[in-house]
Amino acid sequence: MGVITYISRFLVMKKRETSTKTTEKQLLSGNEAIALGAFESGVKVASAYPGTPSTEILENFCAYEGVYAEWAPNEKVALEVALGASFAGVRALATMKHVGLNVAADPLFTAAYTGVRGGLVIITADDPEMHSSQNEQDNRNYAFAAKVPMLEPSDPSEAKEFMKIAYRMSEEFDTPVLVRTTTRVAHVKGLVSPGKHEDSSVKAGIEKIPEKLVMLPSNARKRRVELEKRMARLREFAETFPENRIEWGDRKRGFITSGVSYLYVKEAFPDASVLKLGMAYPFPSGMIKDFASKVDEVFVVEELDPFIETHVKAMGVSCKGKELIPSYGELNAGIVRRAITGKAVETVFEPVPIPFRPPNLCPGCPHRGIFYAISKLNVFVAGDIGCYTLAALKPLSSMDSCVCMGASIGTAFGMEKALGKDALGKIVAVIGDSTFIHSGITGLIDIVYNRGFTTVIILDNRTTGMTGHQPNPSTGVTITGDISTLVDIEAICRAIGVKHVRTINPHEIEAAIKVLREEVERPEPSVIITKAPCVLVPEMKKRKDKTLFLVMPEKCAGCRTCLKLGCPAIEWVAVTPEEAKRLGYKEKQKGYSRINAVLCDGCGQCAPLCKFKAIVTAKKEGK
Amino acid sequence: MGNILFCGVGGQGILLASEITSFALIKAGLDIKKSEVHGMAQRGGSVVAHLKYGDKVYSPLIEPGAADIEVAFEMLESLRYLPYLNRESRVIVNTQKILPPSVTTGVEPYPDDVLAQLRGKGLAVFPVNAFEAARLAGETKAVNMILVGCLSAFLPVEAEVFRAVIKERVPERFMKANIEAFKQGREIIGNLLRAAG
Repeated sequence: MGVITYISRFLVMKKRETSTKTTEKQLLSGNEAIALGAFESGVKVASAYPGTPSTEILENFCAYEGVYAEWAPNEKVALEVALGASFAGVRALATMKHVGLNVAADPLFTAAYTGVRGGLVIITADDPEMHSSQNEQDNRNYAFAAKVPMLEPSDPSEAKEFMKIAYRMSEEFDTPVLVRTTTRVAHVKGLVSPGKHEDSSVKAGIEKIPEKLVMLPSNARKRRVELEKRMARLREFAETFPENRIEWGDRKRGFITSGVSYLYVKEAFPDASVLKLGMAYPFPSGMIKDFASKVDEVFVVEELDPFIETHVKAMGVSCKGKELIPSYGELNAGIVRRAITGKAVETVFEPVPIPFRPPNLCPGCPHRGIFYAISKLNVFVAGDIGCYTLAALKPLSSMDSCVCMGASIGTAFGMEKALGKDALGKIVAVIGDSTFIHSGITGLIDIVYNRGFTTVIILDNRTTGMTGHQPNPSTGVTITGDISTLVDIEAICRAIGVKHVRTINPHEIEAAIKVLREEVERPEPSVIITKAPCVLVPEMKKRKDKTLFLVMPEKCAGCRTCLKLGCPAIEWVAVTPEEAKRLGYKEKQKGYSRINAVLCDGCGQCAPLCKFKAIVTAKKEGK
Repeated sequence: MGNILFCGVGGQGILLASEITSFALIKAGLDIKKSEVHGMAQRGGSVVAHLKYGDKVYSPLIEPGAADIEVAFEMLESLRYLPYLNRESRVIVNTQKILPPSVTTGVEPYPDDVLAQLRGKGLAVFPVNAFEAARLAGETKAVNMILVGCLSAFLPVEAEVFRAVIKERVPERFMKANIEAFKQGREIIGNLLRAAG
């Protein structure tokens, strides 16, 4: 789900110094600061599913001494594991990207009823601007809907401090606490001071408290009343909460803001009065009304939804918000300044038209082979979330839908049922290994149980690629690099009742096309597993002896077939008619292909595609 | 207060370069904020990092038109972020070319007048063949440290501070080449500045 850097996983494998050993300020990202804050708060159990921009939290947290951290199969499980740890009386953490909280919403809404024993904090990392997400939902709405308090730090230093506050609040108010970051908090680096280690006020152990933990309707009705009382106490707490603070300045304009938007307001209007809400929910209505009464005009500055604005207006306070501030995309100081003053800042230089540099599948990527093969079938490809979503781009152009984690299988099957027999041979679902484990299995059960024939292609590249190469259950390795039980995808498919499960090598395109043709035409459920490791997993990167490929220029007829793979290593060299003549080509040949030896990874997908046998192996020592 | 925009292509060592620069500024007693996106960009796409420094930095993002210095690790990328620059901006350009997909597949050409376009805007342009300089320094992967060396000449931080940070942050086996690359970068920019008068 989303994306990150490759480096961090390898850095965190060495155990970290505990924060008590150093008091010097450190340069940390918001995610690293959250990990430190969780460690300083005495968190013992943390669970997550990777998702940009949240992934590095667990990657960093897992390296601290004396903690348990895990990659869960999905966010729902992650939150349930953290909730269970809280029930056992230890401090616990679940982290996820914004859309992950949709998956975990079910336990969240009822965890608000049960409350906690050990402190429980849930990180939701939102992604305004959709740097690496399929939507930009505003998860502050979850705090309101689930009746759970939410803190919202604006930079790494606050991110660490707010974690400690969140754990104290969680135990004091018997509630899960949401902490919301956005990309410009999670992936911003700033100075952070390490602090003192704290521990839970609760004793670890098993305690049977069914009236609190068994949400039968009779118990839940009582907890529902408690929940209202808790929210009332939290609203009162918000009034004196030090992180809800007023910075008085010029009283002509008063800004109400939170999170990273606070920083944009401070930069755009350094002299204005600002009410900074460290707690995004619930609101300190007394404080807000008092602030509003002391300034000439109130402006609410927030990214995405009019969340603060709606609540401020509901308090009867008049303010300006989304009629000025954009309700989608990221803000910055310039956007805020322009929105409030109405004065456009003069653009010095307009953008100039230059070639785009879109993300691309890596040279040697196994996904390229299978998607090239799929493109020859003329089928509707229901896609999913991962690196392979990039196959939707030119020249492969072989993905026709992508909605959310696991949706490929359900949507493909829905199309099948809508079109009946006409759909046979015309629809496939494509899903990655980690995504299949996350939420694809249930979709496959639906196909088998409800007598479908949709073909499911599972791309097993032995890692969770797009988020930066986290292990997952099907890799048989844990977050800390320990060897574990490998969850066998093929065995899962067979156990569900799929009779036709075939495993193929995605680099062998011709053979893959043949298997694909056979399976999509089959009037029964079928699964094709493509098995080849991502080129960026350590064992692939460490290969010493790669067989690279080159184009023999004299044999290249300039047909451009190899370019249709979209491999970054294959380059087109245009030639003039004179050059063509000199090179011994037919005069009308417009150019020839060349393989960049620095980029070639030796996958060999291109060679069999060349009708002229111009692509051959070039033995070379590994990089 | 200063704003540095680092840009280039994923895998060029941009994050480490911006990290080393950040630590040097911190050692000089300044506050910093650095913003980067670990996004789709990592798959060979365009990468950008914003580094802001001063007594107290609020926003982590450089506003359009507000970058004091652009450090472009790849030539074409120097043009992509033009709206972040103003007439006073300095542009350090690695003249190395990494071809984007539309160029490798022959759909469009790589512009052959990047430096001229920058100069045409009246910008102070410092072209650096960082790949070649890194090769001479003994490590082609030290392109980023060549550029940090160039950048350092424009920052309120002594070269000694940079050297100390490189010694702290770079693994032992790459140290010598990185220190040498930093020194080369300083020399290259010194020569360019002298030539510019």
